[in-house]
Amino acid sequence: MMKYTQGKYILLKKITLAKQIYDFTILCPDIAQSASEGQFVHILPEHFSLRRPISICGIDKENGTLRIVFEAKGDGTNVIADTKQGGNIDMVGPLGHGFTLTEKKEKAVIVGGGIGVPPLLPLAKHYGKNAVVILGFRSADAVILKKDFEQTGAKVIICTDDGTAGIHGFVTEPLKDQAASADIIMSCGPMPMLKAISLIAESNNVDCQVSLEERMGCGVGACLVCACKVKKNGSEHFGHVCKDGPVFNSKEVIW
Amino acid sequence: MADLSVKIAGVEFKNPVIPASGVFGYGREYEEFYPLSKLGGIATKGTTGQLRTGNLSPRIAETPMGMLNSVGLQNPGIDRFIEYELPNLMKKDTVIIANIAGSTPEECAEVASKLDKTDVHMIELNISCPNVKQGGAAFGVSCQGAASVTSLVRKATKKPLIVKLSPNVTDITTIAKSVEAEGADAVSLINTLLGMRIDIKSRRPVLHNNCGGLSGPAVFPVAVRMVWQTANAVNIPVIGMGGISSGKDAIEMMMAGASAVQVGAAIITDPFAPVKIIDEMNEFLDSNGILSVDDIVGSVKPWQ
Repeated sequence: MMKYTQGKYILLKKITLAKQIYDFTILCPDIAQSASEGQFVHILPEHFSLRRPISICGIDKENGTLRIVFEAKGDGTNVIADTKQGGNIDMVGPLGHGFTLTEKKEKAVIVGGGIGVPPLLPLAKHYGKNAVVILGFRSADAVILKKDFEQTGAKVIICTDDGTAGIHGFVTEPLKDQAASADIIMSCGPMPMLKAISLIAESNNVDCQVSLEERMGCGVGACLVCACKVKKNGSEHFGHVCKDGPVFNSKEVIW
Repeated sequence: MADLSVKIAGVEFKNPVIPASGVFGYGREYEEFYPLSKLGGIATKGTTGQLRTGNLSPRIAETPMGMLNSVGLQNPGIDRFIEYELPNLMKKDTVIIANIAGSTPEECAEVASKLDKTDVHMIELNISCPNVKQGGAAFGVSCQGAASVTSLVRKATKKPLIVKLSPNVTDITTIAKSVEAEGADAVSLINTLLGMRIDIKSRRPVLHNNCGGLSGPAVFPVAVRMVWQTANAVNIPVIGMGGISSGKDAIEMMMAGASAVQVGAAIITDPFAPVKIIDEMNEFLDSNGILSVDDIVGSVKPWQ
């Protein structure tokens, strides 16, 4: 039994969620079967050399599908975004070390920023009403997946940089009120946000898992290009986002 | 089915397709895709005397038909390789080529002498890493430097010795002749071409190391030319690499004079690339009535 799969998979459903933000449902029973929360798939834009790592937003093992929500940001992701419904997606997966889920009854505070929000949806599903979800966006028109998160039963708090939706401010403000009573904090988003969250987690003595990003090559831990500095057993070394991560314990990350 | 086996420096390969050093780690990750016994051989990640942490990220950038990388020889060091990685690799029923590097010729020789006591099939001496200040390129770009490191490593081991050459030189054939004269059993080429990309918004180089090595289909014609020139200049086998991503590319490289090929960047794009290349070579040989892949080596008919 091989752990990784590569192939061309059918794009079943394509929705535009916000400006340049796409929501794909892909039929890939073999990958869906072994995928877990926080892992990613590695997608090759046609005629490109490097694959683009895209986090998994939903896993439907019964129907054999994966959901991904991503931003068309550069040439490569624009090519992926141009895939027509019914077209093929060249994908390797499932890859990486994802989130480590704790018991459902624990209070999980789930914090996402911008395009870091999608991989957190399966976590909200797991913790349901015991989760508090804090999502930060630039402005109201960039808000994505709000309803999806609300449907999980979790308490959802929206923040925007410009105050056009929810709380006017950063996710760290509501997090400060929630952190003391949290059993675990889980987060994905820009590095400065993750750093601030890990400091709040540390000062409240709460375990914190963060999902990192780095320019990636093979995606399986062989080529060693996606290095990030981590400390383990007291010594510093380079970990690799694709295999050791993308999810790390925040205490291991050297910010 | 055509006979795909080749022999280089007395070592039998079941087929001429070898994942190149750097992209394939020590094989463990790709075993999760296919059995390593399908491969002709494996050139392992460049290994040095001591552990190296490598360069800061970003270490990779996309380029038209290729990529730039600057990993910087990150590896756990030769002792860890011999103790932990090599025993696993030696069970895989494929030729194991230990790629080695060092800051000084003495470090290279020390690594080679440690490998001499192991069962590894071949050693590939990297005198051409473009991504560390003293990563071999320092002695790989002059005939004298290439000769002196080859000579020291040759004295340190009786294993079949391949020397991996840099394309970042004026005339690669003179370097190839220098290492041949010092006892290299084969040469492999080309390592990556030194390149650079700049993010025009931040005005920062995309790679943290500023520069890095270019590989992928973009470099293929350069590699074919250098392999052809080198194969015509030396009497030892040439292992060709640089942008090979299909069976047709591999056939072309062998017609230029390569006795076997290595595949690097293509594996980053498609983890199954080496296996597909083997199948495609087979198809080409069969459909053209060629019985043995050996028959095509150096078979290009240059215009007079």
